[in-house]
Amino acid sequence: MTDAARLLDGPRGPKPTRRLSRRNIILYGTLSVMALYYALPLYVMVVTSLKGMPEIRMGNIFAPPVEITFEPWVKAWSEACTGINCDGLSRGFWNSVQILVPSVILSIAVASVNGYALSKWRFPGSEVFFTILMIGVFIPYQVMIYPIVILLRELGLYGSLWGLVLVHTIFGMPLLTLLFRNYFTSVPDELFKAARVDGAGFWGIYFRIMLPMALPILVVAMILQVTGIWNDFLFGVIYTKPEIYPMTVQLNNIVNSVQGVKEYNVNMAATLLTGLVPLTIYFISGKLFVRGIAAGAVKG
Amino acid sequence: MHSVSIRSLDLHFGAVKVLQNLDLDIHDGEFLVLLGSSGCGKSTLLNCIAGLLDVTDGQIFIKDRNVTWMEPSERGIGMVFQSYALYPQMTVEGNLSFGLKNARMPRAEIDERVARAARILQIEPLLKRKPGALSGGQRQRVAIGRALVRDVDVFLFDEPLSNLDAKLRADLRVEIKRLHQKLSNTMIYVTHDQVEAMTLADRIAIMKGGQIMQLATPAEIYNRPGNKYVADFIGSPSMNFLEGDLSDGHFTTGGENLDITGYPFEGPATGAATLGVRPEHVATGHDLQGLPIQAEVAVELVEPMGSDTLVWTTFAGQSFRFRMDGQAEVRERDTIRIGIDPAKASFFDKASELRL
Ligand SMILES: Nc1ncnc2c1ncn2[C@@H]1O[C@H](COP(=O)(O)OP(=O)(O)O)[C@@H](O)[C@H]1O
Ligand SMILES: [Mg+2]
Repeated sequence: MTDAARLLDGPRGPKPTRRLSRRNIILYGTLSVMALYYALPLYVMVVTSLKGMPEIRMGNIFAPPVEITFEPWVKAWSEACTGINCDGLSRGFWNSVQILVPSVILSIAVASVNGYALSKWRFPGSEVFFTILMIGVFIPYQVMIYPIVILLRELGLYGSLWGLVLVHTIFGMPLLTLLFRNYFTSVPDELFKAARVDGAGFWGIYFRIMLPMALPILVVAMILQVTGIWNDFLFGVIYTKPEIYPMTVQLNNIVNSVQGVKEYNVNMAATLLTGLVPLTIYFISGKLFVRGIAAGAVKG
Repeated sequence: MHSVSIRSLDLHFGAVKVLQNLDLDIHDGEFLVLLGSSGCGKSTLLNCIAGLLDVTDGQIFIKDRNVTWMEPSERGIGMVFQSYALYPQMTVEGNLSFGLKNARMPRAEIDERVARAARILQIEPLLKRKPGALSGGQRQRVAIGRALVRDVDVFLFDEPLSNLDAKLRADLRVEIKRLHQKLSNTMIYVTHDQVEAMTLADRIAIMKGGQIMQLATPAEIYNRPGNKYVADFIGSPSMNFLEGDLSDGHFTTGGENLDITGYPFEGPATGAATLGVRPEHVATGHDLQGLPIQAEVAVELVEPMGSDTLVWTTFAGQSFRFRMDGQAEVRERDTIRIGIDPAKASFFDKASELRL
């Protein structure tokens, strides 16, 4: 406790803050506008997907639905026509899952081993290898589309699901390797040396020491790959056949189908359904993602 | 028998020659300290012995086995690092047993060895904890335990106490010394701290620029440094150096002609030379009696350090420091009589800087 008599006149204690200062108004104003800008389209989509067609024709796209109906969602999922079939997005969803799961697992597995070997084992030529890989980050992928068509045809994988998995794995490799290399470089060398003295080999150190420490960066890599591969349209269109088109391609086919009336509510529902997977991933792992990025940034 | 022998060892990082033609023999059960300033190649040498670095040339023997091409785990060495290097996701028990599991030792024996090491290092209550929940001292004990369980011939320490605060460092230093007495393994210990080196070592190897400047017992290194670098490096505050000329039992420096009878010359006693005198070997008061070198000097600066006092002055035209009792009453601008015993001093050749 301060003895009031010993203090002189004038300021004392914490400096007062003004809530409605000019700085705060500008700051919160800008933030609100930005938030609105991003949230509004999502709002319109959700609202529209819950309306019936008559209600949509009548009016205001911002108005909340008078009569909530889930019919557009059901139709988008299982009835909408996508070119040849009329079984909705469900087929595309399962196709995407079948493409996604092996691509994510394979690309992360290979890239993490690459990053580990490049950061800790520095074999002769590792610098060259890394440089080549890094050039890969900067080559526009459009350049490689046709050569890969030929490559896949020669391998007999063109138009198959595994062909697309291979393409996703290869295209994810440079960035993911860089990510893992930087992360593993931040793991102290002494830890690696201690494990070698303890008799662990290349794989022993990878599985027992490095991987368990790499959880944050594994989450980052997973999010990058899941969203990237799920949202991919171009490779899906080019390297697969209609029966195994991923969900994004099917969404495009639904939305752009020219027959009949445009069913905005079904289109909105289909779009939301397609975006649901990355969205869920973000919600579940958002915190981990930020932590992982931060860990990589600070340590790398 | 030699526990570790290093023959003509070279280690280059590209164009940088870190170790050159280095020879070193370490006796069985010896506590050898590699001492030198940062960047002189101590860790590099230790990593070569451990097998963590491929040597450029030369050979390494451990217990008379040529281990030059062997994996670290095959060499019978255990290593303790400055940063502790504990596996963060494993418990203390997991850390201790990791090496044994890799060697496919039966479960029962692993448990027994872990229990024994934990008992010796008094970390039994910590076995179920993760390294993150340990203090620095406890972590370093676990790191020592990791070498202990493997029953190795040679312990390698790379600045194991550098990350600890002063008090803990002193405690753990004593513990390491006790451990060496109890186990009597060969220990090679890298440090840049001369107090650690002096207190722990059976012999000290002082390194500079990838070469061993002197390999001797702590007493020998302190009393009879083999060259000027070692003389300067060991001792705090460091030795005074006076430049001058030697001729028939006298040393001429800064206009003074000093009588140096009693100095045990090993080399030629003539020519340009440097006289080295430790601040604590300068006598004052009653101790002056019978010393051939004596002089009156003016006190320029006094640094009281509690247990003793460091006095700065000028002698023979050169800056000179000496140590007095902590209770001594000296003030700036006093005049004081000092004396030097030539038997406790060191002479170095001016050109080669080797001991004369
Ligand atoms: N991997 C490396 N590549 C190139 N130079 C290195 C490497 N490791 C160490 N050096 C150099 O070798 C010298 C000795 O290093 P080190 O053995 O770590 O010294 P210290 O005696 O401090 O332990 C230093 O000059 C250092 O810069
Ligand atoms: Mg070092």
